[in-house]
Amino acid sequence: MYRIMTPTLPLVLIVSAALFSIGLLAALSRRHAIFILIGIEMMLAAANLNFIAFWRFAPPPHPSTGVMIAIFSIAISAAEAAVGLAMVIAVYRHYRTTNVDEYDQLKG
Amino acid sequence: MSSALDQIFVHAKHWLLSWIAGAPGWVVQIVSSLINIVALLIVFLTLFALISVLERKILGRMQNRYGPNRVGPFGLFQPVADGIKMLIKEDIVPARADKVLHFLAPVILAAVAILTLGVIPYGRNMTAFRIDGGILFFFAVGSATELAVFMAGWASNNKFSMLGAMRAIAQMFSYELPLIITVLPAVMVVGSLMPDRIVFAQGEYTLGIVPRWFVFTPWGAAAFILFFVSGLVESNRTPFDVPEGESEIVAGHMTEYSGFKYATFFLAEYLGMFAVSGMAVTLFLGGWHAPARVLEFVPSYLWFFGKLSALLFVYIWLRATLPRTRVDQMMNVAWKFMLPMAFTCVIAAAVWHYGGRGLRGWLWSLLVIVVVYSALSILLDTRRKFARRVYRFAE
Amino acid sequence: MSGVAFILISILTLAAALATATLPNLMHAAFCFVLALLGLASFFFLLGAEFVGLALVFIYIGAVAVLIVFTILLTRRDSKEHHGVNWSGVLIAFAVFVGLIWAVLKTQSLSIVPPHIRALTVRQIGQTLMTGYVWPLQCVGLLLTAALIGALVLVMEEKK
Repeated sequence: MYRIMTPTLPLVLIVSAALFSIGLLAALSRRHAIFILIGIEMMLAAANLNFIAFWRFAPPPHPSTGVMIAIFSIAISAAEAAVGLAMVIAVYRHYRTTNVDEYDQLKG
Repeated sequence: MSSALDQIFVHAKHWLLSWIAGAPGWVVQIVSSLINIVALLIVFLTLFALISVLERKILGRMQNRYGPNRVGPFGLFQPVADGIKMLIKEDIVPARADKVLHFLAPVILAAVAILTLGVIPYGRNMTAFRIDGGILFFFAVGSATELAVFMAGWASNNKFSMLGAMRAIAQMFSYELPLIITVLPAVMVVGSLMPDRIVFAQGEYTLGIVPRWFVFTPWGAAAFILFFVSGLVESNRTPFDVPEGESEIVAGHMTEYSGFKYATFFLAEYLGMFAVSGMAVTLFLGGWHAPARVLEFVPSYLWFFGKLSALLFVYIWLRATLPRTRVDQMMNVAWKFMLPMAFTCVIAAAVWHYGGRGLRGWLWSLLVIVVVYSALSILLDTRRKFARRVYRFAE
Repeated sequence: MSGVAFILISILTLAAALATATLPNLMHAAFCFVLALLGLASFFFLLGAEFVGLALVFIYIGAVAVLIVFTILLTRRDSKEHHGVNWSGVLIAFAVFVGLIWAVLKTQSLSIVPPHIRALTVRQIGQTLMTGYVWPLQCVGLLLTAALIGALVLVMEEKK
């Protein structure tokens, strides 16, 4: 029993797969622009978890590539969030709504 | 003898742990952490009670009055009376408030403040959580404060609360940048993010007399002042208590809080103040090191708490002295003056390092700071841009 | 010990993530997102990547979460969603989940024993960043500056 509960690579990957799917669910089923962004952020976070897991369970003489990529990906997703939220505000000024279904014109 | 006195708390903890020596490893680990947490809580809750009465007494003295002196000897039991009063007051939650978030906000604030206290070294071998990225931990956890303040403001469903929270977040964000960037020079010079190492690096003496505290270098002095001012803002203390300015927006994000929740806000504010001052002591004032070699027989934790009390006294002194600043002036200072000066500190530290860490580096880094400071003062001088103010009185 | 922590943290993270995806009250959903990120950060701690966990807390909870709640506040006109469940989205997400699980369980090379590793110190991370990853680091710096300016330009009031 105890043997099963210790985190192994497949278990961590299953958790990250679940997190990715929930992010996808949020991105697909939400209609609010901010929450689509949050869904994308969640998918990125799941990918980070994968990087860390593969780094952690790699065979012994391992470089720290997984950690480096996770750090860069966190920085990039922060930039993405800032620009994305600014775009939500800019679009909101035109349409007075955040429902992505109502963004149906190319000309603002 | 003196080293036994210095390590008395460490030995006490080892003695307590020896009672459960036979238990499995994880039990020992949990008990050890619990001892640390309990010790932290006891020390800082006592300090909070003491400071809350001392602050009122010092303020009273500075304003030519007595301050609390009715409850117990010299009014020392005042915090107990205050605590009982706060506990038995009615806890009012607005009808349209978001009940869960309204409850969570003060809890999160206090929890964050206590967590940040954990990474500060209080004495030789006296750090509650010794982690590799201690300073990063301090600021990472501390940054959750903003979210908790927002929670309090939004959950109260009150315009004053929301405005207060907005002000608080705006000022915390603006001053978090100088706060963190002024930490960089110390981290750069020591080459570690671990508070223990930073304290350790300040242990020696130049020429045998002057302690090698970072505050005695030009970049360290400038960074210390910037850090201290940013810390004042982060803990919402006068003269930067704009978010809770009574005369403008009632009590800011705490408007809809009463009873024990309000007391928790108060506690979190003071604990945050202790944490920021403790970090300032650790980074710039040599942590638990004695100021001279002959004074090293005094236990290290007494030096730490002595320095901490000195900083806390300055906090109270400023509160008695300065009027509240205006919001826009505060933000201008943050972005136009504090931030460039913080970056200058980083450069000056690099100059100090490459100047050989001796007198030559000292003078060069002083030059860098003085040049940037004068340039900023000339550039930001607004006096000449406005017409002379003319007063028209009723005739 | 780490097994119990693993299970608790995964339940916390996934439950908070699910709440983020489904709660109708947007502010609650945003705070659940913060909780999910906290769970993820503790995951990183559990796996021995302390620095990444701290960076995640610092960047996401300190900055991105505040941006998100501010944006929700600024676009407050519809802070509650009124619509039924979007079944196609649920279906696609579930299909992806099943596919991923199938792939993970099918791959044989994954079941290696966790090697006992030394913790990666902040010093090592700093040295790696400053030697092998200098150019990516500079590019990220440039990207963040561009994002800062871009976000400011996007939300600036247009002159009429």
